[in-house]
Amino acid sequence: MNSAGASALSQGCAGCEVCGLVVRLPVPAGAASCPRCGERLHGRRPASIERTWALTIAALLLYIPANLLPVMTTNTPLGAVSDTIMQGVVELWSPTSWPLAIVVFVASVTIPLGKLIALAYLLLTVQRGSVRSNEQRVRLYRLLKFIGRWSMLDVFVDTFVVALIQLQPLMWVEPGAGVIYFAAVVVVTMVAVNSFDPRLIWDLPQQEKQAHG
Amino acid sequence: MAGEGVPAAATAATASAAGGTLLACPDCDLLQRLPPLPLHHAACCARCRAPLCRHKPDSLERTLALALAAAILLLIANLVPMLGLSVAGREAFTTVLGGVIAMWREGSQVVAMLVLFAAVIAPALEIGCLLLVVLAVRRPPAPHWVATLLHGYEFVREWSMIEIMLLGVLVALIKIAELATVIPGLALFVLGSLVFLLAAMAAAFDPRVAWQRIEWAAGGAAGGAEAMR
Ligand SMILES: [Zn+2]
Repeated sequence: MNSAGASALSQGCAGCEVCGLVVRLPVPAGAASCPRCGERLHGRRPASIERTWALTIAALLLYIPANLLPVMTTNTPLGAVSDTIMQGVVELWSPTSWPLAIVVFVASVTIPLGKLIALAYLLLTVQRGSVRSNEQRVRLYRLLKFIGRWSMLDVFVDTFVVALIQLQPLMWVEPGAGVIYFAAVVVVTMVAVNSFDPRLIWDLPQQEKQAHG
Repeated sequence: MAGEGVPAAATAATASAAGGTLLACPDCDLLQRLPPLPLHHAACCARCRAPLCRHKPDSLERTLALALAAAILLLIANLVPMLGLSVAGREAFTTVLGGVIAMWREGSQVVAMLVLFAAVIAPALEIGCLLLVVLAVRRPPAPHWVATLLHGYEFVREWSMIEIMLLGVLVALIKIAELATVIPGLALFVLGSLVFLLAAMAAAFDPRVAWQRIEWAAGGAAGGAEAMR
Protein backbone atom coordinates (compact mmCIF):
# COMPACT_ATOMS: atom_id res chain seq x y z
CA MET A 1 0.00 0.00 0.00
CA ASN A 2 1.31 3.38 -0.93
CA SER A 3 0.11 6.04 1.49
CA ALA A 4 3.04 8.33 2.21
CA GLY A 5 1.84 11.79 3.23
CA ALA A 6 -1.84 10.87 3.26
CA SER A 7 -4.25 11.04 6.16
CA ALA A 8 -5.85 7.78 7.26
CA LEU A 9 -9.34 9.11 6.48
CA SER A 10 -8.42 9.96 2.89
CA GLN A 11 -7.35 6.32 2.49
CA GLY A 12 -10.70 5.10 3.83
CA CYS A 13 -9.39 4.00 7.17
CA ALA A 14 -9.05 5.24 10.73
CA GLY A 15 -6.69 4.79 13.62
CA CYS A 16 -8.63 3.48 16.63
CA GLU A 17 -8.59 6.20 19.29
CA VAL A 18 -8.33 3.65 22.08
CA CYS A 19 -5.87 1.00 20.94
CA GLY A 20 -4.24 2.63 17.89
CA LEU A 21 -5.07 -0.15 15.42
CA VAL A 22 -5.49 1.11 11.85
CA VAL A 23 -8.80 -0.18 10.55
CA ARG A 24 -10.45 0.06 7.12
CA LEU A 25 -13.81 1.79 7.50
CA PRO A 26 -16.91 0.20 5.93
CA VAL A 27 -17.63 1.72 2.52
CA PRO A 28 -21.19 2.96 3.05
CA ALA A 29 -20.22 4.96 6.14
CA GLY A 30 -21.96 3.42 9.13
CA ALA A 31 -21.46 2.18 12.64
CA ALA A 32 -18.23 0.26 12.97
CA SER A 33 -16.25 -0.87 15.95
CA CYS A 34 -12.59 -1.68 16.34
CA PRO A 35 -12.00 -5.42 15.88
CA ARG A 36 -9.28 -5.39 18.53
CA CYS A 37 -10.62 -3.30 21.42
CA GLY A 38 -14.30 -3.16 20.50
CA GLU A 39 -14.62 0.62 20.77
CA ARG A 40 -16.68 2.64 18.29
CA LEU A 41 -14.59 3.76 15.32
CA HIS A 42 -14.78 7.25 13.91
CA GLY A 43 -12.89 8.79 11.01
CA ARG A 44 -13.41 12.01 12.97
CA ARG A 45 -15.16 12.33 16.32
CA PRO A 46 -18.89 12.90 15.61
CA ALA A 47 -20.13 16.48 16.12
CA SER A 48 -16.75 17.42 17.55
CA ILE A 49 -17.02 21.11 16.64
CA GLU A 50 -20.60 21.57 17.87
CA ARG A 51 -19.90 19.75 21.12
CA THR A 52 -16.69 21.68 21.79
CA TRP A 53 -18.42 25.01 21.06
CA ALA A 54 -21.26 24.16 23.46
CA LEU A 55 -18.83 23.22 26.23
CA THR A 56 -16.63 26.28 25.61
CA ILE A 57 -19.61 28.64 25.86
CA ALA A 58 -20.88 26.84 28.97
CA ALA A 59 -17.44 27.22 30.58
CA LEU A 60 -17.35 30.92 29.68
CA LEU A 61 -20.71 31.46 31.40
CA LEU A 62 -19.56 29.54 34.49
CA TYR A 63 -16.32 31.55 34.53
CA ILE A 64 -18.24 34.73 35.52
CA PRO A 65 -19.74 33.52 38.85
CA ALA A 66 -16.52 31.56 39.48
CA ASN A 67 -14.64 34.85 39.64
CA LEU A 68 -17.31 37.11 41.17
CA LEU A 69 -18.54 34.85 43.99
CA PRO A 70 -16.40 34.22 47.08
CA VAL A 71 -14.53 30.90 47.22
CA MET A 72 -14.14 30.99 50.98
CA THR A 73 -15.46 32.82 54.03
CA THR A 74 -13.36 33.27 57.16
CA ASN A 75 -15.44 33.57 60.33
CA THR A 76 -14.13 35.08 63.57
CA PRO A 77 -15.99 36.46 66.61
CA LEU A 78 -15.47 39.88 65.01
CA GLY A 79 -17.32 38.99 61.84
CA ALA A 80 -17.00 37.21 58.50
CA VAL A 81 -14.68 38.02 55.59
CA SER A 82 -15.28 36.55 52.12
CA ASP A 83 -12.59 36.13 49.48
CA THR A 84 -12.93 35.66 45.76
CA ILE A 85 -10.19 33.87 43.79
CA MET A 86 -8.54 37.17 42.89
CA GLN A 87 -8.62 38.40 46.52
CA GLY A 88 -7.01 35.10 47.54
CA VAL A 89 -4.16 35.77 45.11
CA VAL A 90 -3.71 39.32 46.45
CA GLU A 91 -3.62 38.03 50.03
CA LEU A 92 -0.99 35.47 49.13
CA TRP A 93 1.22 38.23 47.74
CA SER A 94 4.01 38.89 50.25
CA PRO A 95 7.81 39.32 50.13
CA THR A 96 8.26 35.58 50.73
CA SER A 97 5.29 33.90 49.05
CA TRP A 98 4.86 35.95 45.87
CA PRO A 99 6.07 33.09 43.62
CA LEU A 100 3.15 30.99 44.86
CA ALA A 101 0.80 33.92 44.30
CA ILE A 102 1.92 33.96 40.67
CA VAL A 103 1.43 30.18 40.38
CA VAL A 104 -2.12 30.45 41.77
CA PHE A 105 -2.89 33.43 39.51
CA VAL A 106 -1.68 31.57 36.43
CA ALA A 107 -3.49 28.35 37.34
CA SER A 108 -6.78 29.96 38.40
CA VAL A 109 -7.14 33.00 36.15
CA THR A 110 -4.80 32.83 33.15
CA ILE A 111 -5.11 29.13 32.27
CA PRO A 112 -8.94 28.88 32.28
CA LEU A 113 -9.37 32.10 30.31
CA GLY A 114 -6.48 31.30 27.96
CA LYS A 115 -7.98 27.86 27.39
CA LEU A 116 -11.34 29.32 26.36
CA ILE A 117 -9.71 31.82 23.98
CA ALA A 118 -7.47 29.12 22.50
CA LEU A 119 -10.39 26.71 22.03
CA ALA A 120 -12.42 29.42 20.28
CA TYR A 121 -9.43 30.15 18.04
CA LEU A 122 -8.98 26.46 17.15
CA LEU A 123 -12.70 26.04 16.45
CA LEU A 124 -12.91 29.16 14.29
CA THR A 125 -9.85 28.29 12.20
CA VAL A 126 -11.12 24.73 11.68
CA GLN A 127 -14.57 26.00 10.67
CA ARG A 128 -12.97 28.39 8.19
CA GLY A 129 -11.00 25.51 6.72
CA SER A 130 -7.71 27.26 7.43
CA VAL A 131 -4.61 25.44 6.23
CA ARG A 132 -2.10 27.84 7.74
CA SER A 133 0.12 27.26 10.80
CA ASN A 134 -1.24 23.74 11.31
CA GLU A 135 1.79 22.72 13.30
CA GLN A 136 1.47 25.65 15.72
CA ARG A 137 -2.25 24.98 16.14
CA VAL A 138 -1.76 21.30 16.96
CA ARG A 139 1.01 22.29 19.37
CA LEU A 140 -1.42 24.73 21.03
CA TYR A 141 -3.92 21.86 21.35
CA ARG A 142 -1.33 19.63 23.01
CA LEU A 143 -0.43 22.48 25.40
CA LEU A 144 -4.12 22.86 26.36
CA LYS A 145 -4.39 19.16 27.08
CA PHE A 146 -1.25 19.24 29.19
CA ILE A 147 -1.81 22.34 31.35
CA GLY A 148 -5.62 22.33 31.68
CA ARG A 149 -5.76 20.11 34.74
CA TRP A 150 -3.52 22.45 36.76
CA SER A 151 -6.45 24.84 37.13
CA MET A 152 -7.78 22.45 39.75
CA LEU A 153 -5.12 23.93 42.08
CA ASP A 154 -7.45 26.46 43.72
CA VAL A 155 -10.06 23.78 44.47
CA PHE A 156 -7.45 21.85 46.46
CA VAL A 157 -6.20 25.03 48.20
CA ASP A 158 -9.74 25.88 49.35
CA THR A 159 -10.41 22.31 50.46
CA PHE A 160 -7.38 22.09 52.73
CA VAL A 161 -7.75 25.61 54.15
CA VAL A 162 -11.36 24.71 55.05
CA ALA A 163 -10.28 21.35 56.49
CA LEU A 164 -7.60 22.83 58.75
CA ILE A 165 -9.16 26.04 59.96
CA GLN A 166 -12.03 24.62 61.99
CA LEU A 167 -11.27 26.23 65.35
CA GLN A 168 -14.78 27.11 66.46
CA PRO A 169 -15.55 29.53 68.05
CA LEU A 170 -12.16 31.19 67.54
CA MET A 171 -11.94 31.01 63.77
CA TRP A 172 -13.36 28.80 61.07
CA VAL A 173 -13.43 28.82 57.29
CA GLU A 174 -16.36 27.85 55.09
CA PRO A 175 -16.26 27.23 51.34
CA GLY A 176 -18.07 29.86 49.27
CA ALA A 177 -20.44 29.34 46.35
CA GLY A 178 -17.67 30.34 43.90
CA VAL A 179 -15.77 27.05 44.42
CA ILE A 180 -18.52 25.01 42.78
CA TYR A 181 -18.58 27.28 39.72
CA PHE A 182 -14.81 27.33 39.54
CA ALA A 183 -14.58 23.52 39.79
CA ALA A 184 -17.23 23.33 37.08
CA VAL A 185 -15.17 25.62 34.81
CA VAL A 186 -12.15 23.35 35.20
CA VAL A 187 -14.10 20.14 34.54
CA VAL A 188 -16.07 21.56 31.60
CA THR A 189 -12.95 23.00 29.90
CA MET A 190 -11.13 19.67 30.34
CA VAL A 191 -14.06 17.85 28.72
CA ALA A 192 -14.18 20.52 25.98
CA VAL A 193 -10.50 20.01 25.09
CA ASN A 194 -11.10 16.24 24.98
CA SER A 195 -14.11 16.60 22.70
CA PHE A 196 -12.12 18.61 20.15
CA ASP A 197 -10.67 16.42 17.41
CA PRO A 198 -7.17 17.75 16.56
CA ARG A 199 -7.20 15.82 13.26
CA LEU A 200 -9.72 18.38 11.95
CA ILE A 201 -6.89 20.96 11.92
CA TRP A 202 -5.21 19.05 9.08
CA ASP A 203 -8.28 18.35 6.96
CA LEU A 204 -8.44 20.23 3.69
CA PRO A 205 -11.79 21.94 3.03
CA GLN A 206 -12.68 19.62 0.13
CA GLN A 207 -11.78 16.55 2.17
CA GLU A 208 -14.48 17.30 4.72
CA LYS A 209 -17.27 16.81 2.17
CA GLN A 210 -16.29 13.26 1.36
CA ALA A 211 -15.45 12.41 4.96
CA HIS A 212 -16.52 9.07 6.30
CA GLY A 213 -18.64 8.98 9.49
CA MET B 1 15.21 9.64 28.62
CA ALA B 2 18.14 9.64 26.23
CA GLY B 3 15.91 8.85 23.26
CA GLU B 4 15.92 11.09 20.22
CA GLY B 5 12.89 11.68 18.09
CA VAL B 6 13.01 9.72 14.88
CA PRO B 7 10.48 10.91 12.30
CA ALA B 8 8.51 7.79 11.56
CA ALA B 9 8.05 8.37 7.86
CA ALA B 10 11.71 9.20 7.27
CA THR B 11 12.45 5.53 7.42
CA ALA B 12 9.13 4.44 5.98
CA ALA B 13 10.57 2.96 2.80
CA THR B 14 12.87 0.56 4.62
CA ALA B 15 10.25 -0.11 7.27
CA SER B 16 7.55 -1.39 4.97
CA ALA B 17 10.02 -3.91 3.57
CA ALA B 18 10.91 -4.95 7.10
CA GLY B 19 7.21 -5.07 8.11
CA GLY B 20 6.92 -2.10 10.45
CA THR B 21 3.62 -1.31 12.17
CA LEU B 22 1.09 0.79 10.32
CA LEU B 23 -0.33 3.62 12.41
CA ALA B 24 -2.30 6.82 12.08
CA CYS B 25 -1.09 9.83 14.06
CA PRO B 26 -3.67 10.58 16.79
CA ASP B 27 -3.10 14.34 16.38
CA CYS B 28 -3.02 14.75 12.58
CA ASP B 29 -4.20 11.41 11.13
CA LEU B 30 -1.08 10.98 8.98
CA LEU B 31 -0.80 7.35 7.95
CA GLN B 32 2.73 6.10 8.48
CA ARG B 33 4.71 2.93 8.94
CA LEU B 34 6.68 2.72 12.13
CA PRO B 35 10.00 0.91 11.85
CA PRO B 36 11.10 -1.33 14.73
CA LEU B 37 12.61 1.18 17.15
CA PRO B 38 16.25 0.97 18.22
CA LEU B 39 16.93 0.74 21.95
CA HIS B 40 15.90 3.84 23.97
CA HIS B 41 14.67 5.67 20.90
CA ALA B 42 11.34 7.42 20.48
CA ALA B 43 9.36 8.03 17.31
CA CYS B 44 7.37 11.13 16.54
CA CYS B 45 4.95 11.96 13.76
CA ALA B 46 6.68 13.04 10.56
CA ARG B 47 4.12 15.81 10.00
CA CYS B 48 3.06 17.25 13.38
CA ARG B 49 5.80 15.90 15.67
CA ALA B 50 3.34 14.26 18.04
CA PRO B 51 5.13 11.66 20.15
CA LEU B 52 4.01 8.31 18.74
CA CYS B 53 5.83 5.77 20.80
CA ARG B 54 9.00 5.05 22.65
CA HIS B 55 11.06 1.92 23.00
CA LYS B 56 10.65 0.84 26.60
CA PRO B 57 12.77 -2.14 27.59
CA ASP B 58 11.23 -4.63 30.07
CA SER B 59 8.07 -2.51 30.11
CA LEU B 60 5.81 -5.05 31.82
CA GLU B 61 8.20 -6.04 34.63
CA ARG B 62 9.20 -2.47 35.43
CA THR B 63 5.58 -1.27 35.37
CA LEU B 64 4.58 -4.10 37.72
CA ALA B 65 7.30 -3.22 40.23
CA LEU B 66 6.52 0.51 40.14
CA ALA B 67 2.75 -0.05 40.36
CA LEU B 68 3.15 -2.30 43.41
CA ALA B 69 5.30 0.33 45.13
CA ALA B 70 2.82 3.08 44.19
CA ALA B 71 -0.11 1.05 45.59
CA ILE B 72 1.65 0.72 48.94
CA LEU B 73 2.53 4.43 49.06
CA LEU B 74 -1.02 5.48 48.15
CA LEU B 75 -2.38 3.32 50.98
CA ILE B 76 0.02 4.86 53.51
CA ALA B 77 -0.62 8.38 52.22
CA ASN B 78 -4.32 8.01 52.92
CA LEU B 79 -3.95 6.50 56.39
CA VAL B 80 -1.46 8.83 58.08
CA PRO B 81 -1.92 12.54 58.88
CA MET B 82 -0.94 14.99 56.15
CA LEU B 83 -1.09 18.39 57.81
CA GLY B 84 -1.28 19.53 61.40
CA LEU B 85 -2.22 22.86 62.88
CA SER B 86 -1.28 24.17 66.28
CA VAL B 87 -2.87 27.34 67.61
CA ALA B 88 -3.52 28.55 71.15
CA GLY B 89 -2.66 25.17 72.63
CA ARG B 90 -5.01 23.28 70.31
CA GLU B 91 -3.81 20.83 67.69
CA ALA B 92 -5.75 19.60 64.69
CA PHE B 93 -4.61 17.10 62.07
CA THR B 94 -6.11 16.25 58.74
CA THR B 95 -5.64 13.53 56.15
CA VAL B 96 -6.53 13.74 52.46
CA LEU B 97 -9.93 12.23 53.31
CA GLY B 98 -10.25 14.74 56.17
CA GLY B 99 -10.22 17.51 53.57
CA VAL B 100 -12.98 15.79 51.63
CA ILE B 101 -15.07 15.27 54.78
CA ALA B 102 -14.65 18.91 55.86
CA MET B 103 -15.74 20.13 52.43
CA TRP B 104 -18.77 17.80 52.55
CA ARG B 105 -19.79 18.94 56.04
CA GLU B 106 -19.38 22.61 55.19
CA GLY B 107 -21.89 22.31 52.39
CA SER B 108 -19.84 21.83 49.19
CA GLN B 109 -20.71 18.20 48.48
CA VAL B 110 -20.05 18.48 44.75
CA VAL B 111 -16.56 19.87 45.33
CA ALA B 112 -15.94 17.24 48.02
CA MET B 113 -16.76 14.46 45.53
CA LEU B 114 -14.50 16.02 42.91
CA VAL B 115 -11.58 16.23 45.35
CA LEU B 116 -12.24 12.65 46.47
CA PHE B 117 -12.19 11.49 42.87
CA ALA B 118 -9.12 13.44 41.74
CA ALA B 119 -7.00 12.86 44.86
CA VAL B 120 -7.99 9.34 45.98
CA ILE B 121 -10.24 7.35 43.64
CA ALA B 122 -8.59 8.22 40.30
CA PRO B 123 -5.02 7.53 41.52
CA ALA B 124 -6.23 4.26 43.09
CA LEU B 125 -7.94 3.25 39.83
CA GLU B 126 -4.90 4.35 37.83
CA ILE B 127 -2.63 2.07 39.85
CA GLY B 128 -5.21 -0.73 40.17
CA CYS B 129 -6.07 -0.89 36.45
CA LEU B 130 -2.44 -0.92 35.44
CA LEU B 131 -1.56 -3.62 37.99
CA LEU B 132 -4.33 -5.88 36.71
CA VAL B 133 -3.46 -5.21 33.05
CA VAL B 134 0.23 -5.95 33.56
CA LEU B 135 -0.53 -9.13 35.52
CA ALA B 136 -3.19 -10.31 33.05
CA VAL B 137 -1.06 -9.90 29.91
CA ARG B 138 1.80 -11.98 31.30
CA ARG B 139 0.22 -15.06 29.73
CA PRO B 140 -1.10 -13.98 26.30
CA PRO B 141 -3.71 -13.93 24.98
CA ALA B 142 -5.27 -11.97 27.82
CA PRO B 143 -9.09 -12.08 28.04
CA HIS B 144 -11.01 -9.20 26.55
CA TRP B 145 -11.96 -7.52 29.86
CA VAL B 146 -8.31 -6.43 30.04
CA ALA B 147 -9.01 -4.13 27.06
CA THR B 148 -11.75 -2.41 29.07
CA LEU B 149 -9.35 -1.93 31.97
CA LEU B 150 -6.68 -0.51 29.68
CA HIS B 151 -9.22 1.92 28.24
CA GLY B 152 -10.24 2.89 31.77
CA TYR B 153 -6.61 3.45 32.70
CA GLU B 154 -6.11 5.95 29.87
CA PHE B 155 -9.23 7.86 30.97
CA VAL B 156 -8.49 7.93 34.68
CA ARG B 157 -4.89 9.07 34.20
CA GLU B 158 -5.99 12.57 33.23
CA TRP B 159 -8.19 12.93 36.34
CA SER B 160 -5.60 11.62 38.78
CA MET B 161 -4.21 14.84 40.24
CA ILE B 162 -1.92 14.01 43.15
CA GLU B 163 0.79 16.43 42.00
CA ILE B 164 -1.73 19.27 41.75
CA MET B 165 -3.19 18.44 45.15
CA LEU B 166 0.30 18.51 46.63
CA LEU B 167 0.92 22.00 45.24
CA GLY B 168 -2.52 23.00 46.57
CA VAL B 169 -1.57 21.74 50.03
CA LEU B 170 1.64 23.78 49.85
CA VAL B 171 -0.31 26.96 49.02
CA ALA B 172 -2.85 26.22 51.79
CA LEU B 173 0.05 25.68 54.17
CA ILE B 174 1.52 29.09 53.40
CA LYS B 175 -1.88 30.78 53.66
CA ILE B 176 -2.39 29.28 57.10
CA ALA B 177 1.19 29.83 58.29
CA GLU B 178 0.45 33.44 59.20
CA LEU B 179 -2.43 32.41 61.44
CA ALA B 180 -1.07 29.32 63.15
CA THR B 181 1.87 26.94 63.36
CA VAL B 182 1.65 24.34 60.62
CA ILE B 183 3.05 20.85 61.21
CA PRO B 184 3.80 18.87 58.04
CA GLY B 185 2.67 15.26 58.42
CA LEU B 186 4.18 12.02 57.13
CA ALA B 187 1.61 11.75 54.31
CA LEU B 188 2.99 14.92 52.77
CA PHE B 189 6.35 13.24 52.14
CA VAL B 190 4.75 9.97 51.06
CA LEU B 191 2.62 11.88 48.52
CA GLY B 192 5.74 13.69 47.30
CA SER B 193 7.43 10.35 46.54
CA LEU B 194 4.20 9.03 45.02
CA VAL B 195 4.20 11.84 42.44
CA PHE B 196 7.56 10.66 41.11
CA LEU B 197 6.57 7.00 41.33
CA LEU B 198 3.37 7.58 39.33
CA ALA B 199 5.32 9.48 36.67
CA ALA B 200 7.87 6.66 36.46
CA MET B 201 5.07 4.07 36.29
CA ALA B 202 3.34 5.83 33.40
CA ALA B 203 6.69 6.28 31.63
CA ALA B 204 7.61 2.60 32.03
CA PHE B 205 4.31 1.30 30.67
CA ASP B 206 4.11 0.65 26.94
CA PRO B 207 0.44 0.25 25.95
CA ARG B 208 1.43 -1.20 22.56
CA VAL B 209 2.97 -4.23 24.25
CA ALA B 210 -0.21 -4.76 26.27
CA TRP B 211 -2.53 -4.38 23.25
CA GLN B 212 -0.54 -6.98 21.33
CA ARG B 213 -1.26 -9.50 24.07
CA ILE B 214 -4.99 -8.90 24.45
CA GLU B 215 -7.59 -11.08 22.75
CA TRP B 216 -9.41 -9.36 19.88
CA ALA B 217 -13.00 -8.27 20.37
CA ALA B 218 -14.83 -9.18 17.19
CA GLY B 219 -12.44 -10.92 14.86
CA GLY B 220 -13.16 -8.37 12.14
CA ALA B 221 -16.90 -9.03 11.91
CA ALA B 222 -17.85 -5.63 13.35
CA GLY B 223 -19.76 -3.72 10.68
CA GLY B 224 -17.32 -4.42 7.88
CA ALA B 225 -14.36 -2.88 9.69
CA GLU B 226 -11.17 -4.76 9.02
CA ALA B 227 -7.70 -4.28 10.42
CA MET B 228 -4.87 -3.21 8.14
CA ARG B 229 -1.33 -4.36 8.68
ZN1 LIG C 1 0.90 13.78 13.43
